[in-house]
Amino acid sequence: MKKLLLGNEAIARGAWEAGVHVVASYPGTPSTEITENISKYDEIYSEWAPNEKVALEVSIGASVTGARAMSAMKHVGLNVAADPLYTASYTGVNGGLVIVVADDPGMHSSQNEQDSRYHALASHIPMLEPSDSQECLDFTKAAFDISEKFDTPVIIRTTTRIAHQRSLVELSDRQELPKKEYKKDIMKYVMMPGMAIKRHVIVDKRMNDLENNKEVSSLVNKIEYNDKTLGIITSGISYQYTKEVFPNASVLKIGLVNPMPTELIKEFAANVDKLLVIEELEPYMENFVKQIGILKAEGKKYFTNQGELNTVKIASAYYGTKPESAELSQDIQAPARPPVMCPGCPHRGVFYVLSNMKVRVSGDIGCYTLGAMAPYASVDTCVCMGASVSMAHGAQKGELATGSDIIPTVAIIGDSTFMHSGITGLVDIVYNKGTSTVIILDNSITGMTGHQQNPTTGYTIKMEEAPKIDLVKLCEALGIKRVRVEDPFDLPAFKQAVSEELSCDEPSVIISRRPCVLLKNVKYGKNPIINQDKCRKCGKCMKLGCPAIFKEDGKYLIDDAICAGCGLCVQMCPFGCIEKEI
Amino acid sequence: MVNLNILIVGVGGQGTLLASKFLGAVAALIGKDVKVSEVHGMSQRGGSVVTCVKIGDNIHSPLIDEGQADIILAFEQLEAVRWIKYLKKGGTVITNIQKINPMPVVFGQTTYPDKILDILADSDVTLHALDAFSLAVESGTSKAVNIVLLGVLSRTLPEIPENIWQDGLNAVIPAKLLDVNTRAFEKGRNYIEG
Ligand SMILES: Cc1ncc(C[n+]2csc(CCOP(=O)(O)OP(=O)(O)O)c2C)c(N)n1
Ligand code: SF4
Ligand code: SF4
Repeated sequence: MKKLLLGNEAIARGAWEAGVHVVASYPGTPSTEITENISKYDEIYSEWAPNEKVALEVSIGASVTGARAMSAMKHVGLNVAADPLYTASYTGVNGGLVIVVADDPGMHSSQNEQDSRYHALASHIPMLEPSDSQECLDFTKAAFDISEKFDTPVIIRTTTRIAHQRSLVELSDRQELPKKEYKKDIMKYVMMPGMAIKRHVIVDKRMNDLENNKEVSSLVNKIEYNDKTLGIITSGISYQYTKEVFPNASVLKIGLVNPMPTELIKEFAANVDKLLVIEELEPYMENFVKQIGILKAEGKKYFTNQGELNTVKIASAYYGTKPESAELSQDIQAPARPPVMCPGCPHRGVFYVLSNMKVRVSGDIGCYTLGAMAPYASVDTCVCMGASVSMAHGAQKGELATGSDIIPTVAIIGDSTFMHSGITGLVDIVYNKGTSTVIILDNSITGMTGHQQNPTTGYTIKMEEAPKIDLVKLCEALGIKRVRVEDPFDLPAFKQAVSEELSCDEPSVIISRRPCVLLKNVKYGKNPIINQDKCRKCGKCMKLGCPAIFKEDGKYLIDDAICAGCGLCVQMCPFGCIEKEI
Repeated sequence: MVNLNILIVGVGGQGTLLASKFLGAVAALIGKDVKVSEVHGMSQRGGSVVTCVKIGDNIHSPLIDEGQADIILAFEQLEAVRWIKYLKKGGTVITNIQKINPMPVVFGQTTYPDKILDILADSDVTLHALDAFSLAVESGTSKAVNIVLLGVLSRTLPEIPENIWQDGLNAVIPAKLLDVNTRAFEKGRNYIEG
């Protein structure tokens, strides 16, 4: 029987069936479940690497020895891994090497909506784009074969709606492959100019061979001729939308988006009257089609490059139709429901403190980015992982260089993010005589992406015990003399610590240590209650921004259904009315 | 049964993912094509979440867009109306009457709309509104709101035999939680309006 699998599960299954040996990744929505599922297979060595560059290098290393290897990451993760990626294109592979990149059009959980197809184009690496879970599995297997046959890494690109949809999949057994031999070959694996010049020629030839390979093309590209007055070129999730909106049109579904199938496109274009290209984000395919001389193609003329497409958007852009929806007898303005830090979140103490101090907060990416929202509105900037530390340093140097007033600044960065790319920023501060204060939010987990282990937690992806990177010793070893560990739930002490570190003339690190409330070992006991007889309705408890505390009919109350019992609010009441049994 | 589009809406953390997995398993068991679109990531932190389940003979898009849902299964009443545009004219709304304040309400920037249930009852939709939270608590865990609501949903889909629902539960619920969840499902399935 077919199984209902998440796109990401199907990629993991495909890799397992293809006999993959090594998978190294860094989490990132919407790619995370690929490697989480991989970790359930005993035959595969898997790991969370500290970042995507390291992850990909681990896979390249494994591939060179002859193992089949894979790394999965989100779109912005591929930027971090871009350095090894572009040169692995030149070395090629020994064991099959597959990189999965998950784009996030619409930015459900991302800071930008870049189109990773351009990475494939620029690095001359083949890219496959599946459009349902079956193809996630099949294309992953095909990717390993293409990789070995054409001596190239292969990228599989998904988007959120492919990664996070479930559809039915036919499963097969794992294929155990004879081990490939490692042969030292400096012309292939040592990329110095003399060697790389020669490899570039090979790269161009392989992309040309692949484009003209009928076997590969017929496996992943397909033409569905139907009514020939309208032909549509599409790929990935847009193919599914196309089939719903234009059930009678002829369709060229492209599975291999790099190299694009020039001859197939020319043939298809010649057979249809009107030609549409339907794709999310940038006009990647449309530009290609026009570049090979097919000027009748239309695409972004109708369909936006911003956000996701869907059937309603496509139909209304092309036909001008509007959906017919149920209507309420009376309009209701539904207030927005943005994400919030969980009740009991350890970060809440930090943001409460920071929002009551005159400081600039150089922010980073994780659950704590939510500190930018009301009621804290603490965070001033957030660009990419690790940037909090280096940007705080840059802010200080910028103010010094322009002679402006120095605004006291702290960087805030999670434990996983600090391991990912915060360490090098701290090195820069020490080396270049900065005096910034960095707060590492050590909640013992990678929270935002759904609780993955990381080098500071003491466990591997398979939950085996592992050496724990000691943050205090690490920072000290980098040359930070002022390193202190504080409890973010001791509000006065935490505030004192931040003031002290800001006022001193050397760099410092505060490690804010308390585990994420969603971790199994965190137990807070009974929920507190607000003693209504004593409550003087000052509303101070609300300033904490805990979603469990609310006001109804003039009373301040704690919602027992969602309160985590952390007790932080007890400190908020100046009259001692919030009572918690211990 | 022709195509059936069910939109599951709620607040991150309420268990919409398990609900859609359960429904997906049931659809697969009756031999239908099925696609489920889920939300993972940021909005799981207490944001508004939506999951689509589409059952039929040949499903293409995994998404349910505006005007395409036959049924909205809402875990929270404000979410039921937030997504109402996604319902077909004359569609069905099954909603938990629980209220969870969004942050802008908690901070007093705006208020939680009142009379949501009255307005829904007055609208051109078939409405089933119930206190799924209490039923879940009665069956042994407040976490089973999702399963209670699926019990209610199962009553509106007589084409699907009762034993299939149990098989679906067995497929997605870990053994040690099966008893509570079966009780929760029954509570929903036997729930009488009034
Ligand atoms: C380059 C890159 N990789 C991955 C991500 C996805 N991502 C966002 S935050 C985060 C980790 C957050 O963990 P941590 O720093 O420990 O903070 P927490 O969420 O636990 O508070 C990840 C992996 C990203 N945004 N950018
Ligand atoms: S998951 Fe953990 S770290 Fe993230 S908001 Fe919730 S409690 Fe905080
Ligand atoms: S104890 Fe107080 S601060 Fe902690 S979760 Fe409950 S209401 Fe929120």
